[in-house]
Amino acid sequence: MSAPLRLDRVRIALADRILVPALDLAIAPGECVTVMGPSGSGKSTLLAYLCGMLDPIFEASGRVFIGEREITGVAPEHRRVGILFQDDLLFPHLSVGGNLGFALSARVRDPAERRKRIEQALVEADLAGFGDRDPHTLSGGQRARVSLMRTLLAEPSALLLDEPFNKLDAKLRDEFRRFVFEHAAQRGLPMLLVTHDFADAAAAGGRVAELPG
Amino acid sequence: MDDAHRRDMGAAIHEIGGGRWLGAAPPLTVAAFVVPIAAGLAGTLLPAFGYLPAIGSARLSLEPWRLLAEYPGLRSSIVLTLTTGVAATLLSLLLAVGFCAQVSGRPWAQRASAALAPLLATPHSALAIGVAFLLLPSGWIVRALSPWLTGWTLPPDLATVGDPRGIALVVGLVLKEVPYLILMISGALNQVPSAPQIAVARALGYNRIAAWLKVVLPQVYPQIRLPVYAVLAFSLSVVDVALILGPGNPPTLAVLAVRWFSDADIHFYFPAAAAATLLGGLVLVAIAAWHGGEQLVAAWGRRWLAVGRRDGLANRLTAGAGAAAIASFAFAALALAGLALWSFATQWRFPAAWPDGLDLANWARRLDGLARPAAITLAIGAAATIIALILVIACLENESRRPRPVGRAALWLLYLPLLVPQVAFLFGAQVLLIRFSADGLFASVVWAHLIFVLPYLFLSLADPWRALDPRYARTAACLGASPARVFFRVKLPLLLKPVLLACAVAFAVSAGQYLPTLFAGNGRVATLTTEAVTLAAGADRRVIGAYALVQALLPMLVWLAAVLVPWFLYARRRGIGRA
Repeated sequence: MSAPLRLDRVRIALADRILVPALDLAIAPGECVTVMGPSGSGKSTLLAYLCGMLDPIFEASGRVFIGEREITGVAPEHRRVGILFQDDLLFPHLSVGGNLGFALSARVRDPAERRKRIEQALVEADLAGFGDRDPHTLSGGQRARVSLMRTLLAEPSALLLDEPFNKLDAKLRDEFRRFVFEHAAQRGLPMLLVTHDFADAAAAGGRVAELPG
Repeated sequence: MDDAHRRDMGAAIHEIGGGRWLGAAPPLTVAAFVVPIAAGLAGTLLPAFGYLPAIGSARLSLEPWRLLAEYPGLRSSIVLTLTTGVAATLLSLLLAVGFCAQVSGRPWAQRASAALAPLLATPHSALAIGVAFLLLPSGWIVRALSPWLTGWTLPPDLATVGDPRGIALVVGLVLKEVPYLILMISGALNQVPSAPQIAVARALGYNRIAAWLKVVLPQVYPQIRLPVYAVLAFSLSVVDVALILGPGNPPTLAVLAVRWFSDADIHFYFPAAAAATLLGGLVLVAIAAWHGGEQLVAAWGRRWLAVGRRDGLANRLTAGAGAAAIASFAFAALALAGLALWSFATQWRFPAAWPDGLDLANWARRLDGLARPAAITLAIGAAATIIALILVIACLENESRRPRPVGRAALWLLYLPLLVPQVAFLFGAQVLLIRFSADGLFASVVWAHLIFVLPYLFLSLADPWRALDPRYARTAACLGASPARVFFRVKLPLLLKPVLLACAVAFAVSAGQYLPTLFAGNGRVATLTTEAVTLAAGADRRVIGAYALVQALLPMLVWLAAVLVPWFLYARRRGIGRA
């Protein structure tokens, strides 16, 4: 089931500026590779390309695979690439449970089964019984955990991390880092983390690639 | 282009897939209002030069202009049109700026501007009727002061409404345009980082008002330039308010044109078309002159700013204008209260300050007559709003899926229906409608309203739509949601509040339309507004009051619903609608 995430000569340029020079990268299931670079270096642009959301003003080439499956030309919603941003981006119009239900595949039809899966995710996030809560009433750490569980419920094959630890304070940051890496490793997800914080890279513990900036 | 690159282009197209028809939305939307305006202008311009084959005149001539020039009141009418239009615009801008300077930095500034919404929703003509009820020699003001102060036991023989200089007309226009300009300034303030700049100016020793006037206003004005031009064009060419409050002989040019257009003798079409064309030219000249004035004021203003004076006449003037703006709101509220009072009065003898009694008898008699125009107003407003909403959202969705910078030209295009005088193209449009036997149809009236509803709806919705964090949609797509699901389950619910408010604005615009209803409906489609304006010429104030009050209340109720629905729906979601 779990398969590596492979980038084959991925190159992104904006006008004459090369943001990502032809990048070759293979990330094993459960491994986390960190791409570092100063702000404006195109780290987020790389992730946008990988999940199929690149603004057409960029020029991009190169191929992306998950296992044997090429996802380069696939619509974002069919790529099964999960992403976490700096902000939790919980949908403010839905309850906590509603946010999780949004992510859970509609193929899980049975309402009791859906409720069970959502409650299970809440238990994993240490938020049992929070399903009916307004996301706005949760603490920053709780919201961050819900956003990871939401991403995981969509059953992605790879996880992209766009500086998701940045806005949390120091203590929460350590906790949430562990929470993310543990859950993703458990599921055997290849992870690609972009950050400008060395502590993030150290915590990820994997290989580090640098963008020129 | 290498293989991989081509594949990537494919990816970009795939991303927007499922919405390819969206690309048709912008041209369709623009066509919906530009085509009738262009056709209408041509249909007015040709008869202005004698060409109207429909009534057997197929040769170009200057005869219409000769007929127009022969009208004895033409000169006074032009002077009246220009003075009232420019005075109303200048005063409105002055009061709006005064108000915004006055409330700037106050914690309740936002709420104060929001409180103006009911006034904004009120149709011009309803408010104008209320103003007439206050100002008339037998109006509420004279009654309140008589006979103890004035000594009058009979209404005095004074032209307080319909005065030859058009003062009442200017008052009526200013009451509606001040809140509109305040709304526009508040919107522009979101684009200017005014708070830190005011803090800097105050630290340099400028007081709150001076800081706003000298630092914020110069940055805000370029953003409200088009709305100001729209106010100028509207004031120069308004018909319903001028019919109610303006002088009758000679009337303003717009009223003159409509009077001739409506004449039983169809040969009056020719001077009418010439008058409408002349009005179009006057509006163009006035906007150009205003633009020139802006340059002069800016040149003088730059020197004034550099002088470094911390206090002065301008501060006091601005504070006075702010107070005048607040007084104008009170006056408008009084005008609407007067409508209500008349509609419930059993009898109200001059010079009593209060009716003999209040009951529901008048309303009971009016309900039957009111029901049909109210239903038609609702139906036309709902239809125009829904069509406009679909077009506008399709345009905005298209824009967000294939981002492209929006040029200034697009903005000018949107303002076109607000800058071209209604008379100048509605007559031509009516001739076309008659030619295709489409005059008087419900659909034709809806389309005529759409011309004005579309720009307002777009202008209300575009900023909040563009301001939505695009990462919500990206997150949803990465969770496996299709573009349709992202749209209906994430974007639309997140934007529900601005969408409903834009709809309320659109409905109010439709409900207030007089001339488009009259012309596209060819007098056969009666809305609350056309009924109220027609009745306003009559004498029974209890009847007029009832119609004008319902006319004013309907858009306010729609606005109230637009506020309450998200409030109830998201009562337990505090993260929405506050950001």
